Amino acid sequence: MPLLDLANPSRFLSLVDRVLPWLVVATVAVFAIGLYQALLVAPDDYQQGATVKIMFIHVPNAWLAMFCWVVMSIAALGTLVWRHPLADVAAKAAAPLGAAFTFLCLLTGSLWGRPMWGAYWVWDGRLTSVLVLFIMYLAVLALWRTVEDPSRAACAAAILTLVGAINLPIIKFSVYWWATLHQPASVMRLGAPTIHSSILVPLLIMGLAFMLLFLTLHLAAMRNEILRRRVRTLRLMQAQAGA
Amino acid sequence: MHLGPYAGFIIAAYAVALAVVAGLIGWIIADHRAQMRTLHDLETRGISRRSSTREVA
Repeated sequence: MPLLDLANPSRFLSLVDRVLPWLVVATVAVFAIGLYQALLVAPDDYQQGATVKIMFIHVPNAWLAMFCWVVMSIAALGTLVWRHPLADVAAKAAAPLGAAFTFLCLLTGSLWGRPMWGAYWVWDGRLTSVLVLFIMYLAVLALWRTVEDPSRAACAAAILTLVGAINLPIIKFSVYWWATLHQPASVMRLGAPTIHSSILVPLLIMGLAFMLLFLTLHLAAMRNEILRRRVRTLRLMQAQAGA
Repeated sequence: MHLGPYAGFIIAAYAVALAVVAGLIGWIIADHRAQMRTLHDLETRGISRRSSTREVA
């Protein structure tokens, strides 16, 4: 199927119907392997003990919190520059997922911070910038719900998304720019990861599992959004026929 | 598996993650069913898109 054909919502729906079952199976399988590795195989950290197990869900959620906004930013460009018919569908479908992953990142980080730092929360650069990201997700969700016309809502949400993208490098480099309790990057950094392979491998598997989960949920949510717009179109036709 | 003195924090983190992911999955499935049901109801009442025949073909 040529890539341009995916711009047709009906063909996109047909593709999603074919791909989704395989994605579900892959997601469940990778999660099973990842959780087995994380909970039963990976050793405790020599300093943090068993609390390092929280990292296997905290870090993938942190990656996805930022990745979802990257997806929304690319989709925002698709809406504003290329007027791709599925761009705003992709952006709208990603927003609640991004908000959920950011919420999980903050909450699991807080549950990890209490035993390690002695505090659930500190107002440092990394935590505060991720909180700002969460608030931005809520703002985008509120915008989608407030503006009734999908095309107008898409333009407004796209502008807000691109403005919010400024926060992504701030999150990434906050641990270098400001004094913080949060550790610097251990995996996605210049040079080799600083984590031992016995912990790094389960972390990467869990990262892949969460990425597959996002892909599965995103495609399913995009399908729902296309169907919602069809319902809206039919209701408008019904109203016009009745007038 | 021995979770040590901070087992409560570890279990809480995994439980919340499970609850949020399950909530997302449940919400998406329920939304899909609701949209399909509404579409079916509208089409049963004879309201259909002009392009639907062409797209199916």
